[in-house]
Amino acid sequence: MLPHTVIPLGDRALTIDFPELDGRAPRDVIRSLDARLLASAHPAITGRVPGIGTLTLHYEPLLTSYEALVRFIHETLASLVVTPAAATDPVRIPVCYGGECGPDLDEVAATHRITAADVIAMHAAGIYTVAMIGFLPGFPYLEGLDAALHTPRRASPRTAVPAGSVGIGGGSTGIYPCTSPGGWHLIGRTPRALFAPTRQQPALLQPGDRGQFVPITPEQLRQQMEPQ
Amino acid sequence: MTITVRQAGIQTTVQDLGRPGWQHVGVPVGGAMDLVAHRIANLLVGNPDDAAGLECTLGGVALQFMAPALVAVAGRHVTASLDGVAIPAWQPFRVEGGALLVVHTGCRTCIAIAGGIDVPTVLDARGTSLRAGFGGFHGRALRRDDILPLGAPSSLGKRMVSRLVTQGRMIADWGAGPGLRPSYAMCPTVRIIEGPALRGLTDASRERVLHGSFRIAPESDRMGFRLQGHTLELTAPLEMLSAGVTIGTIQLPPGGTPIVLMADRQTTGGYPRLGEVIAYDLPLLAQLRPGDEVRFELVALDVAHTLYRQREHDIARARHAVQLRCAATDRDAR
Repeated sequence: MLPHTVIPLGDRALTIDFPELDGRAPRDVIRSLDARLLASAHPAITGRVPGIGTLTLHYEPLLTSYEALVRFIHETLASLVVTPAAATDPVRIPVCYGGECGPDLDEVAATHRITAADVIAMHAAGIYTVAMIGFLPGFPYLEGLDAALHTPRRASPRTAVPAGSVGIGGGSTGIYPCTSPGGWHLIGRTPRALFAPTRQQPALLQPGDRGQFVPITPEQLRQQMEPQ
Repeated sequence: MTITVRQAGIQTTVQDLGRPGWQHVGVPVGGAMDLVAHRIANLLVGNPDDAAGLECTLGGVALQFMAPALVAVAGRHVTASLDGVAIPAWQPFRVEGGALLVVHTGCRTCIAIAGGIDVPTVLDARGTSLRAGFGGFHGRALRRDDILPLGAPSSLGKRMVSRLVTQGRMIADWGAGPGLRPSYAMCPTVRIIEGPALRGLTDASRERVLHGSFRIAPESDRMGFRLQGHTLELTAPLEMLSAGVTIGTIQLPPGGTPIVLMADRQTTGGYPRLGEVIAYDLPLLAQLRPGDEVRFELVALDVAHTLYRQREHDIARARHAVQLRCAATDRDAR
C-alpha cells in the first residue's frame, strides 16, 4: 500500500497526506485516487479538494462513520493503479506578456538579471501541470516553472488584480479568474475565461491537467477576449 | 409574487445550503452562516432545507411583500416587526400584500419565505458567492429597490397558511422550541477537534487557546472571523503546503492572530491549522458580533458525531411534527 496518513479535518472532513513517494509523484497518486473516489460515487463523500501532497474529502456523518470512511480509503488505495497524467495535448493558454498586461515583467527580469524577452521565452517554453485549484474559483496553481524564474511574492499585495492576469508566486504560476486582491508578480494576461459558472465545465483547468503558455500580441488579446 | 427591498442593511444576501460539490475547482462552499437557523426557518414555512432565504447582517433591513406570504425569521437576538407590530422569531407568521417586514436588530438573521427566493440555480445552489460574483441575486448583496422573485409555496406551506386563516391568526401558536434552537450566548464555549498545529504552539499559547477567551475583531466577515486577545506563538515555524480547509478551521497566520474560517472561506489554505470548530457549535460562532467573545474546548471526534446525529434527528423529528400538525388540520377541516 502507498504510504499515507489520514487525519480528521474537523468532524465532516478528513485529509489524506502523502509523503514524498519514491518514483511516483504524489500528484499522480492524488489524481488517480481522486478519480477512483469520484467514480466510486460514495454517497457520504460530499466534496473533494486535491492539494499539494494531500487530498481532502468532505463527508456527511449521517452516511458514514469516520472509521468506515478511512477503511474505504485504505481499501481503495490498496487496489489503486497509479497512472501518469494522460498524454493528451496540454491546454494552450494564450498570454499577452508585459506592458499594461504584465506590470511586473521588468521587475521579474531585473530580479534574475535577464531580459524581459528571456522571461517570456523561458515562461512560454515550459509545460505546466495543475497541482491544485484554490484561492478563487478556477485559480490554478501550475507547477513546472523554470527554477531560474522562481520569484518571491510582492512585498505588498495589490488590492485589485485584473481578471486573466498571469502571475508568478514563488515556484508557481497562477492565473486570476476574476478581479481580486493578489500578491503575485504579474507578467501577462490571458483572454481565456478561467472560470465561467454557467459553462458545462466551469473551470478551464482541472487538477492534474497540463497547460502551456502561448505568447500573443495586445491586438490578439483584444480579439480573443472572452467574457470574464 | 415578489418582495421589494426598501432597506438593504449592512449586508443582506440570498443564501441556502451552499455548494460543497465544487470545491475541487476552488468554488467556496458559501451558504448561510447559521445553517441551523436557516433550516429551521425553512421548516417553519413548509420549505425544504435547501430553499433559498435571506441572511441579514445585524439589522436595519426592510422588505415589502407585494403579495400575501408565509414567513419565519430565526437567529440570535432578533427584533423584528410587521407594519410596526413586533413579531416573534422562530414562529411562522402570515404577511398581507403590501406589508412591511423590518428586521431591526440581530446578528445573522435568517428569513425564510414559503416557496423560497426564486433566483436561478448556479452550480447546484442558489446562494450568493460574493467574492466570485455569481449565484444569489446577480451575484451581489441586496440593495434598496431590488425586487426579489418568490417561488410557489409547497402544499405543506399552503396548508399552514389556510390553517392560520381559519384560526384568524397572523402568527402561528407554535414554533421551534428552545430545545431545537442552538443555545446562543454572548461568550459561548465552542468545541474543537484538534488540528496538527495545536501541539506546535508554545505551552503558554496552547494554554491561551484552551483556557483563554478571544474577541471577535471588527474586520470579521462571511469569509472568516479574526480572533483578538492573544498573539499565539509556535515553538518552531511549521512548513505548510496549501491543502483543503473547512468551515470552522482555526488558522494561524504569521502575525500570530488566529482566524476562524467561515461560510465564504477559500477551499484551500496554507497556514498552520490549530483545529476545527465542530458542526454542532458552528451556529454559536456564526451568530457572534464584533466585540463578542468566544472560548474553545477540545472534544473527541466521536462526541462531535454523536451531537451532530442528535441534532439531525431532532430536526427530522421537528419536520415530521410539522407535517403531522398540518395533516391533523386537514382532518379537522373535513
